[in-house]
Amino acid sequence: METFTYYPGCTLRTKAKELDTYARAAAEVLGISLVEPENWQCCGGAYTTATNEVSTKLSAVRTLMAGKETKGLVTVCSACHNVIKQTNYDIARNEAMAVKVQRYLGLEEAYKGETMVYHYLELLRDVVGFDKLKEKVVNPFKGKKIAAYYGCLLLRPSKALAMDNPENPVIMEDFIRAIGGTPVIYAQRNECCGGYITMEDKAQAAKRSGAVMASAEEMGADMIITACPLCLYNLKKNSGSDMPVYYFTELLAEALGLKEDGNE
Amino acid sequence: MNKNEKDWIDITSGVNVRKCMRCGKCTATCPSYAEMEYHPHQFVYMVEKGDIEPLLNSDSLYKCLTCFACVERCPRGVEPAKVVEAVRLTAVRKQGNNHLIPDQIPAMLDDDMPQQAIVTAFRKYTK
Ligand code: SF4
Ligand code: SF4
Ligand code: SF4
Ligand code: SF4
Repeated sequence: METFTYYPGCTLRTKAKELDTYARAAAEVLGISLVEPENWQCCGGAYTTATNEVSTKLSAVRTLMAGKETKGLVTVCSACHNVIKQTNYDIARNEAMAVKVQRYLGLEEAYKGETMVYHYLELLRDVVGFDKLKEKVVNPFKGKKIAAYYGCLLLRPSKALAMDNPENPVIMEDFIRAIGGTPVIYAQRNECCGGYITMEDKAQAAKRSGAVMASAEEMGADMIITACPLCLYNLKKNSGSDMPVYYFTELLAEALGLKEDGNE
Repeated sequence: MNKNEKDWIDITSGVNVRKCMRCGKCTATCPSYAEMEYHPHQFVYMVEKGDIEPLLNSDSLYKCLTCFACVERCPRGVEPAKVVEAVRLTAVRKQGNNHLIPDQIPAMLDDDMPQQAIVTAFRKYTK
């Protein structure tokens, strides 16, 4: 069993429990031990790109430092993944920032980006392997046309996230194949759903998430999957479409036989 | 123009606005294009000229979704979203200039709204 540090993030403890519990259950079956650090803090949801701001990056650094003790740090929410990877990328390249953070946190040694960060999908691809995942599938999604929704935070900025080709990604499609489904490629898969604008401008969120769902439906999708609680919210509540939206971890758990209700 | 303000925005963004070749690709790919009075390429251009006051007072600051499409797709590596963020921070860092106050939040919520939306909005709209 390989051990990784696992950062769920605030939303996975509240509104997005399915994203979290199925990620943990599947990891166990796949031979990965996920250890949650004590007293973690919310990452803030959005990375502050400002070069002269340190305080908004501290919680991500604390989480990254916790990851040093294991093989790496695993996140599953797209937004946490984005904030933590961008922080890691910048602190590795910006000595002044590393020193400021060190002083803020009273660290003996500066943290300089040593921790490897994995999105859960990367863990499946790079540590478990999609081939091995496929062997463990007991409930394949045979004949299901599944649209992968990347949104924006999973892939961009690609310099820092380094997960996949930002304009022609394959990781989620390969995941869909591994669980026995048929991936659907559509134009809006890596365009934004509107994100937090839903708080003050429902019309804009409706326009963006509606465009995403319409694009996936046009290409014949039966369902759409995401790694982001806010994407899920927008696609479900603001898009005006009733195509089912799931977290990718729900499908993973179902394929592995870890969900009671089975394939619908 | 206020020279200090321009310098401060350049420092905050870390962007060299002079690299822009005005191709407009950032604006063409921006999901908030229709909602913005000033578009990403205009942020870059106006900061270069030091024409910052109109940007500081524009609602466009709060329309950027931080989707990083403009950052990814700019052929010159200008990273326009970082300029938008630097101008927005310049606005909200001023005392009393928060775009969102906690009292406004309850009316924006429903049972399914993820915490992520609330914390992100706070990070973008307030100091
Ligand atoms: S990104 Fe979201 S879920 Fe992740 S910790 Fe931050 S706000 Fe919470
Ligand atoms: S919620 Fe929207 S803004 Fe966030 S990752 Fe999903 S697509 Fe992007
Ligand atoms: S990051 Fe902001 S300015 Fe850039 S494309 Fe996205 S919404 Fe537009
Ligand atoms: S895409 Fe880049 S080079 Fe083109 S206008 Fe925008 S900032 Fe300038």
